[in-house]
Amino acid sequence: MSGGHDYPHESTGVETRKLGMWVFLSTEILFFGTLITTFMIFKGRDFPGIKLTDVYDIPFTSVSSFVLLMSSLTMVLAHNALENADQEKTRVWLLATAMLGSVFLAGQIYEFTEFYHKGFELSTNIFSSTFYVLTGFHGLHVFIGVVFLIGLWIIGQRQKGLSLDSGFNLEFIALYWHFVDIVWIVLFTVVYLI
Amino acid sequence: MTKIIEPDKQTNIFRRPSSEYGIWSWLTTVDHKKIGIMYGYAAFFFLLIGGLEALVLRIQLAQPDNNFLSAAEYNAMFTMHGTTMVFLAIMPISAAFFNYLLPLQIGARDVAFPRLNALSFWIWVFGGLFLYSTFVFGTAGAPEGGYLAEEVGWLGNAPNGGWFGYQPNAGFKYSPGTAMDYWAIGLQILGISSLVSAFNFIVTILNMRTQGMRLMRMPVFTWMTFAVAFLLAFSLPIIAIALFYVTFDRQFGTTFFLTEGGGDPVLWQHLFWLFGHPEVYILILPAFGIVSEILPTFSRKPLFGYPAIVFAGFGIAFIGFGVWAHHMFASAISPVAQAGFGISTMIIAVPTGVKIFNWLGTIWGGKLNLKTPMLFALGFIGMFVIGGLSGVTHSVVPADTQQTDTYYIVAHFHYVLFGGAMFGIFAGLYYWFPKVWGKMYNETLGQIHFWTMLIGFNLTFGPMHWLGLQGQVRRTWVYAEETNLGFWNLIVSIGAFIIALSILIFMANWMYSKRKGEKAPFDPWDARTIEWTIPSPTPVWNFSKAPHVKALDDFWHAKYDEDEEGRAVRRDTADDLLLQLEEEGLNPEEEIELPNPSYYPFILSSGLPFLGYAVIYKSIPLALIGVVLILAGSFGWATEPLEEGFRSRKEEE
Repeated sequence: MSGGHDYPHESTGVETRKLGMWVFLSTEILFFGTLITTFMIFKGRDFPGIKLTDVYDIPFTSVSSFVLLMSSLTMVLAHNALENADQEKTRVWLLATAMLGSVFLAGQIYEFTEFYHKGFELSTNIFSSTFYVLTGFHGLHVFIGVVFLIGLWIIGQRQKGLSLDSGFNLEFIALYWHFVDIVWIVLFTVVYLI
Repeated sequence: MTKIIEPDKQTNIFRRPSSEYGIWSWLTTVDHKKIGIMYGYAAFFFLLIGGLEALVLRIQLAQPDNNFLSAAEYNAMFTMHGTTMVFLAIMPISAAFFNYLLPLQIGARDVAFPRLNALSFWIWVFGGLFLYSTFVFGTAGAPEGGYLAEEVGWLGNAPNGGWFGYQPNAGFKYSPGTAMDYWAIGLQILGISSLVSAFNFIVTILNMRTQGMRLMRMPVFTWMTFAVAFLLAFSLPIIAIALFYVTFDRQFGTTFFLTEGGGDPVLWQHLFWLFGHPEVYILILPAFGIVSEILPTFSRKPLFGYPAIVFAGFGIAFIGFGVWAHHMFASAISPVAQAGFGISTMIIAVPTGVKIFNWLGTIWGGKLNLKTPMLFALGFIGMFVIGGLSGVTHSVVPADTQQTDTYYIVAHFHYVLFGGAMFGIFAGLYYWFPKVWGKMYNETLGQIHFWTMLIGFNLTFGPMHWLGLQGQVRRTWVYAEETNLGFWNLIVSIGAFIIALSILIFMANWMYSKRKGEKAPFDPWDARTIEWTIPSPTPVWNFSKAPHVKALDDFWHAKYDEDEEGRAVRRDTADDLLLQLEEEGLNPEEEIELPNPSYYPFILSSGLPFLGYAVIYKSIPLALIGVVLILAGSFGWATEPLEEGFRSRKEEE
C-alpha cells in the first residue's frame, strides 16, 4: 500500500487487507462469544414466564439456515469464477449470494414478527432479551454482508470488472461472509437445538 | 529546497484534499506523524480536564464535613475523572506514541491502513466530545426520595455512576436522566476507535516491517504496542457487548442486569472486569515499552534480557485475561473462584517481576546519564514497584475484602497508573521531544518538573495508603471530623496542587522549547533504534530509502564496535555516518509515494455522535443524519481510488 519501490510489501506474505480482515474476525469471535455466553448463562435460569421453546418453529428455522449455508456455496462459486477470470459468472454468483442472504433475513424478520405476536417481546423477560439481541446482532452482520455483496456487484458492472487483489476485493468480503455463516451454525445449535 | 507537489489528476466525485498547511491539512491528513501529534495534544487537553476534576474532588476532601461540592456533584466528578483519565487521557496519549513511533521503529513509511488510522483518531475525538456534551445536554436525575435529589449545578449533569458503571446503580432506576446514557454510548464510540487502531497496529507490525526487521529485532516499544493491540482487540468486544446491554436496559426495557426480569447485576461486573483488567495492562504496557527504550540508551548498555522482557510482556497480556475476579472478591463469587483468582493474581506478579529485574540489570554497572527522560524512567521503576507490591496484597482474599472500596485501593491504582503509566509517558515525551520537533527541551525545567512531580505525587497518593487502612471509604463526598482523617487528607490535597504546579512547569517547558529551544543534534541521545537514523523533525516521507536492519539495536551497532573485553568502542566512522545519514535523510534520491489525504474518515466518524443522540432522545431525524453521514463517508471511502491516487513528491534543490 504505502511504500516506495524499494519497500517490501508484506513481511508475512499475506495480503495486508486480508490480514486485517483476519484480525477483525478474531475480535468478532469475542463479540459473539460474549453474546453466546450471556445467552447460555440465562438459558439455564429458572425464571417464570414465556420461553423460546414455547414459540419457536424448528422446521422453519432449519430451512432458513439451509438457505444461509447454501449462500456460502455460491460465494465459493463466485470466488472460483473470478479466479478463472469469468466476470459474468462472478457477478451472477455474487448476486445469488446476496439473494440467499436476503431470503435468510426475510425469514428472520418473519420469525421475529411471529414471536412478537405470541407475546415473546424484547422486554418480556431475560430469555426474550438475550434471544433478540443475540440473533439480531447476527442478523445485522448478515445485512452488512448483503450490502457489501451488492456493492461488489455494482462495482463489478464497471468496465474494468472485479479483481482478486485490489480495492474493495471479493476475497475480503468472502472471508467475512463465511465467518457470518459459521457463526450461524453455532447459534442455530446453541439457541434452537440444545 | 522546495517541495514540488504534482496535483493528482485522479478524482472521483470530489477532488481529493490537497492542502499541505492549515486546518484542512490536519482534518484530512492520513500521515501517522500528524495523527500522532493530534492524538497527543487532544489527549493532553483531556488530561488537564481530568486533572481539574481531581483538584475539585481534593478541594472537597481537604477538610472534614466540607460542603464545596454536593454529594451529587461529587459523584459526577469522580465518575468523569476516572472515565476521562482512562479513555480520554492515558489510552490516547499511548496511541499518540504508537502512531508516531511505530512506523519509524519498524522502518515503514506509514501504518498499514493510513485512512483507517485517521478514522480511529476522529472517532475518538467525536466520542470524547459526545461524552463531554453531557455537561451541556445531559441530565443526572436522582431516585425519588434519595438524598441525591437535592439541587445540582451544571457540574452534576455528568454521568455519576462511577467509571465502572456498576449495575443496578447505573441503571435507569437509580440513575434516571440521560447522563449515564452519555457514558455508555460515549464509551461505545471510544471503543470502536481503539478497536480500529488495534487492527491497524497488529497488521502494521506483522506486515510493514522493513528488510531484515525480524520479529526478534524489533524494539521493545514495538513489541509492547503489539501486545497492547492484542489486548485491545480481545477485550474491547466484551465491554462493547456489555455496554449494548446497558443501553438496551436503559432505553428499550430489557433486564440484562436487573433482577426484576431475571437478569443478573453480577454479570455486569464479570463482563466489565473481563475487559477492565486487560485494560489495566493496556494502560501500563506502553509505559513498559517506553522505559525499555530509555534505560539502555541512558545506561549505555544493551537491554538486559531482551527476549525475557518481550515474553514477559506477552505473559502479562495473556495472564491479564485470567485475573479479573480479584476486583470482585466482595461480590458473591464462590470460595473456589476466590482462591483461583487469588492465585492467578499472585502468578501475574512473576512476569512483572521479571521485567523489573531486567530493568535493574540494565542499569546495573551502566554509565548513567541522568537526563530528564532517564529520571522519569527511574522514577517509574520506583513508583511502579510500590504500586505493584500493594497490588499483590489484593490477591490475599481476606485482606482484600477489608481493603475493597477504601482509599488503599485508590492509592494502589494511582501508583500503578500515575506513578507507572504517566511517569513512563513523561519519560517518553522528553525522550522523543527532539525527534518530533527538532529542538531540545530545557533540561533544567525538565528536572524541576520531575522533582516537583515526584514529591507532589508521593504526597498525594502515599498517605492514601494509611487513610485507606484507617477505613476512609472511596466515592464518598464527606468524612466526619471525629474520624481524625482530616490531617492526612489536607496533605493529600496539597500534594494534588503540587502535581498541578509540576504540570504547569511541563507545559511552559514544552511551549517554550518547541518555539525557541536549541536545535537538536542529529542523534541527541546516542540512541540505539532506527527512528534516530533519520533527521529530526521527521521528514514527511520518514525514511528516504528503506533501511536494511542487520541486528537488534541496529543503529548502535552501526556506531559502536566491541573491544576484546566486550566494551563498546565508538567507531572512527561514526561521526561521518551521522552526517551521511542526515544528508541522505533530507534528500531522497527517487520519488516517494505517500498515501493521499482524505475527507472521508472525518465525515464517517462525524456521524457516530448523531447516532448516539438518536438513541438517547429516540429521534428519527438525528438517526437519519447519522446514517447519511456514515453512508456518505463509507461510500466515498470505498470508491476513492487508492493506488492511482498516490501523490508523487519530488525534492529539488
